[in-house]
Amino acid sequence: MIKNLNRFGIVAAVSLLALSAQAQEKLRLLTWADYTPKEVVDAFTKETGIQVEITLSNNEEMISKLRATQGAGFDLAQPSQDRITGPQAEFGIYKPLDLSKIDSKLFIGSMLEATKKNTTLDGKVYGLPHIWGTDGLVVNTKVAPGVKDYLDLCGAEVKGKASLRAKRPTLIAFAFAMGEDPFKAYSDEKAYAALMDKVGTKLSACKANLKFFWDGKDALLAGLRAGEVTAAMAWDTGGWKLNSENPDLKFIAPKSGALGWVDTFAIPAKGRADDAAYKWINFNMRPEIAAKVAASAGNFSASQGADKLAAGKLKDQFAESFPQAAIDNIKWYPAVPAGLEAIEGKVLDKVKAN
Amino acid sequence: MSAAISSGQGRAAARLGLFLLLLPAILWLGLLVVLPHVEMAILSFSQRIRAGVYGFGFGNYLEFLTEPLYWRTFGRTAIMSILVTLITLVISFPVALYIAKVARGATKPILFLMCLIPFWASELVRTLGWMMLLRETGVASYLMQLAGLTYGPVELLYNDGAVILGLVYGGMLFMIVPLANALESLDDSQVEAGYDLGGSGFTVLRRIIIPHAMPGIVAGSIVVFMLSVGNFVTPVLLGGKNGLWFTEQIYAQFITRFNWPQGAAFGFMLLLLSTLIVWAGLRLTGQGFSETLRRS
Repeated sequence: MIKNLNRFGIVAAVSLLALSAQAQEKLRLLTWADYTPKEVVDAFTKETGIQVEITLSNNEEMISKLRATQGAGFDLAQPSQDRITGPQAEFGIYKPLDLSKIDSKLFIGSMLEATKKNTTLDGKVYGLPHIWGTDGLVVNTKVAPGVKDYLDLCGAEVKGKASLRAKRPTLIAFAFAMGEDPFKAYSDEKAYAALMDKVGTKLSACKANLKFFWDGKDALLAGLRAGEVTAAMAWDTGGWKLNSENPDLKFIAPKSGALGWVDTFAIPAKGRADDAAYKWINFNMRPEIAAKVAASAGNFSASQGADKLAAGKLKDQFAESFPQAAIDNIKWYPAVPAGLEAIEGKVLDKVKAN
Repeated sequence: MSAAISSGQGRAAARLGLFLLLLPAILWLGLLVVLPHVEMAILSFSQRIRAGVYGFGFGNYLEFLTEPLYWRTFGRTAIMSILVTLITLVISFPVALYIAKVARGATKPILFLMCLIPFWASELVRTLGWMMLLRETGVASYLMQLAGLTYGPVELLYNDGAVILGLVYGGMLFMIVPLANALESLDDSQVEAGYDLGGSGFTVLRRIIIPHAMPGIVAGSIVVFMLSVGNFVTPVLLGGKNGLWFTEQIYAQFITRFNWPQGAAFGFMLLLLSTLIVWAGLRLTGQGFSETLRRS
């Protein structure tokens, strides 16, 4: 009995030791759905011995979570490049990146430079590009062939069967579709507020046409599959996923331009495993790994050479959705200055409440 | 001498015992209820001056009062919650009356259990269940088409009716339990006496049963109203593009706008205004709060 107890004690002590050893080598990652295929995580753990603890989130929640702890609780986050400098100026939730620890040859040069520029605050770089894609229209081309631009979501053809998000990309998209340039108005708070009011009025009038404001991607995809929704503003990923199941459902780059986003790597201010974070970044940007992640997310990688390894289907779908003119017409988000989100928030509240 | 000391020690020990017994409750209230509220109160009075700099001010409360959007949303939430409370009361009263007065023997606990069973699943799961029933390609729409009531699918989800349905369903248990408790103590002979004296069924209900059940009605109504006003999941999932609930505004301020001070101020307005509504309700029906607590 005593012998057994002893043995039990030894086993317990050993497993505790093992646990604490693991706890030291752990990367707490705050990321998006589908960015961390199991295969990639397992390969990383096998190579480095570092455990990866994944929390799925979105832009707003990432900022809120980090804000709540002043940047603690996670070792690496993946906000979009336009949402870094604003919250950083406001809440100081990230730490500057040590670019010497990054293998910059792994990145597509132009994208790396553009992202660095967009995420620089007081001369320090806070973000590196990882995955990019666009926001546009997912349309059931059989039922609603006339939907070509964001404002067509308010047309009679999709009455009661359109959907969009009550979030900032929708405001930006509608502003472009109305012939304005919201990005130019970024620098002038008053002009921006006036523009957003105009967009808000348009959206309120459009609301009768909507089935619902979508929030989670799955709810929207289910609606499109069931035919309850026939046209929606959504990410290209979702459109291509549906296209593989039903060729009538297509992702369309809108006439006034698809909205281009880049999700980044950023290190939270109180992250405890910076080395692991840099290892994860370099590991993820290797072409063969990046291709796997891109296939899982259904989007494109900022990794140099990953596109050559991408699956054929996605390439074809991209080519169909994006003729060269549509690529040139992509509107890339510039960094959002602090304070604009409050203006947008109020407009969205009004749209939802009216 | 020694007896006095020991009795003094005894009293001190008793006091210490009492203190230790109360300690968990004090810690619970202090650390988990009072402290966060104080923190929130301080937060709600801070105002953004520029990036990263905050100062003291009443701006967040003024924003609520001057922006029609916010108090309209609150008004809508309050009115719908009152409606939910009334509907829940009307539906639950016969059920509670049956459980308390008609059901006998083993039926009674079984009926209570049947009211309780839906609560074994979480609120989220129950609400998702309603979504499956009510959506355009869902069960209710399918059955209605099968019965020939409609041509083509009908959308029953994403409107105020669906929100009220969900909230009433979620609130019924909290109405039935206090009602059944209050009705149980009603002496059958009083009801018989009412009939003997020539009262109609309605008169007996109005003059004998309802007055007796009043503490239960008040307690149940307060709970259901507070649960509805503060609900988040049901309005978000079942409500449509027009159905903004006040808790959604609070969530939006905290999570999507990063404006914690404004969210904290909204939270306090919700607490204050819903308390006022409960107080007004008690006043209108001539019920005292302490009386209700004592009797139910």
